[in-house]
Amino acid sequence: MNAVTDRFAPVLLDVQDLEVEFDTYGGTVHAVRGVSFEVHAGKTLAIVGESGCGKSVTVQSIMGLIPSPPGRIVGGTAKLRGKEIIDGVTTDGEIVRGSQIGMIFQDPMTSLNPTMTIGDQIAETLQVHRGFSHSQALRLAVELLEMTRINEPSRRARQYPFEFSGGMLQRSMIAMAIACGPSILIADEPTTALDVTIQSQILDLLRDLQRENNMAIILITHDLGVVARMADEVAVMYAGEFLETGTADDIFYSSAHPYTVGLRAAMPTNRDESEQDLMPIDGSPPDLFAPPPGCAYFARCPHAMEACRNDPPPGFAVGSGHMTRCWLHHADCSRRIDDLHYAAAAPLEGRDA
Amino acid sequence: MTPLIEAEGLTKHFGLGRNQTVHAVDDVSLHIDQREIVGLVGESGSGKSTFGKTLLGLLDKTAGQVKYQGETLPQSYGPGDFQRHARTMQMIFQDPYSSLNPRMTVGEIVGEGLRLHTSLSGREVRDRVGDWLERVGLNAAHMARYPHEFSGGQRQRIGIARALIMSPEFVVCDEPISALDVSVQAQVVNLLGELKESMGLTMLFIAHDLSMVRYVSDRMAVMYLGSLIELGVSNNVFFHPKHPYTQMLVGSNPEPDPATERGRGRTAIRGEIPSPVNIQPGCRFANRCPKVMDVCRGTTPELKSVADPEGKEPDRLIACHLY
Repeated sequence: MNAVTDRFAPVLLDVQDLEVEFDTYGGTVHAVRGVSFEVHAGKTLAIVGESGCGKSVTVQSIMGLIPSPPGRIVGGTAKLRGKEIIDGVTTDGEIVRGSQIGMIFQDPMTSLNPTMTIGDQIAETLQVHRGFSHSQALRLAVELLEMTRINEPSRRARQYPFEFSGGMLQRSMIAMAIACGPSILIADEPTTALDVTIQSQILDLLRDLQRENNMAIILITHDLGVVARMADEVAVMYAGEFLETGTADDIFYSSAHPYTVGLRAAMPTNRDESEQDLMPIDGSPPDLFAPPPGCAYFARCPHAMEACRNDPPPGFAVGSGHMTRCWLHHADCSRRIDDLHYAAAAPLEGRDA
Repeated sequence: MTPLIEAEGLTKHFGLGRNQTVHAVDDVSLHIDQREIVGLVGESGSGKSTFGKTLLGLLDKTAGQVKYQGETLPQSYGPGDFQRHARTMQMIFQDPYSSLNPRMTVGEIVGEGLRLHTSLSGREVRDRVGDWLERVGLNAAHMARYPHEFSGGQRQRIGIARALIMSPEFVVCDEPISALDVSVQAQVVNLLGELKESMGLTMLFIAHDLSMVRYVSDRMAVMYLGSLIELGVSNNVFFHPKHPYTQMLVGSNPEPDPATERGRGRTAIRGEIPSPVNIQPGCRFANRCPKVMDVCRGTTPELKSVADPEGKEPDRLIACHLY
């Protein structure tokens, strides 16, 4: 289970200071603004954040899936076992995307080709990356469908996507993503389009495959329930930055950033029958055409101080492996962290939320 | 007390031709009292939205009836019926993107009901629209803008203003928050809660997020494949589910708490919701149920009150042969 993160598990993927921009008619969008993280073998890193915070762009740039133009990776490195892989190709010219790193997407219906059978689509991966013959690849495709717990896999392999339910399509996507035995599986909102019962089955499947193959998973989601269930480590993303990173327990039980606290307070929990009030986060995320000069969360933060307006907070270590970008953790800050959860909103002039 | 709205044996089938029928809603009876919020949960394809739409007359009823304050509503709505009931019953839709006409300004969208159903002057309509936009946390100046200029949460507020500007008594909220981000969901839920208090609204709250339904609603109704299988006080249904399906549904609801999730076993629920075409008699959940008995395959269980030894829960209804 994911009780304690093994920090000694080998680092597979090391991303440092990733910056991605998009040119649009309205100007340049600074979608990812200096993101760093490590992915460990056999572990799950969850990147959690709201729509538009840059979590998908982060992993797409590692996979070389950013369309360019308009997208540009303007800074940073991504190393898979020490080899630079920006653009989905290692420095040696080896294609990483689809072989060493597999990916599944939110909407399996639109991610699959409606004019090809499921079996052929899975087989294609093997033909391209492994040079298998069609019949060889198709045989393996049926085995992969069986691994992802699809009943009657050989009959199903001959069917088209429209004949599959949403849950089965996501299973087929997973079969395709793990076809080449990737060491990392990127799952971009894999269960958002599914019912909770099917979500639960798919998450179980991902867990099993992870354990069997010592595969690392980068899980992108907005659902803290899914994070709690799956993650060893968590990165909380907001406006293109990681505001807090740590183990799942760090993030849930010693949240150190006001945004993390806010997200948790905005969701109902079912610990007992008492009714806690939901605390929405007022306002909306900043405009990434012109990111705020200071803390990205300044405009919505109930604890904002003058320092937060113009000075971007650096990462403060608040525990072993637990980092947060928030001035409240500066040694000279008079406010205590324990107050985070209770402090009333401090009015600060000149904020436009 | 007469319930505000009451469905009796409400049924909605869709014919597919060639003797195939989709049993979207089958014999559902449910009443909602004044100022009550009933949450309706179930997997996609369970008939939740169809039930909501049939209740409002947006879809014709195949069988059964709906009574509103004791008055039986027509089986099929004509233009006059909509004219009459638009003032008392409204709907808030799931998708804040496709449910707003992109070619109309927000002022036109929110004011359309008043223009069609009341004799208010243009200026009065504009004033009310402005009031309502502010009431839902937008700005009267937003009236001149088009839907694409708003975020998902703001659009959902526009949809709420459009429904509530008619001062309805009864509102069907069809997944009003599932397209929204977590922080915005709380904004919309709190807004609905405030408006419910200030306007004395009665609501059917359709959603698949069990935690949110428990939080929002007084009673919770669980649907599976077109039939109502469990109904009771929200906290009781959530914390002490009785129907095997409800137990599995609650069991697969993710909690934002790593310790709880670590203690959770594997998913008990197998398989997927079957096709609602040409349903055979017997319990609809029989083929996925871990506690299935012989009787389940042949006889359809009726929704009935379950004798509670302590008499604490007179209202719990369950459709299962185990009870």
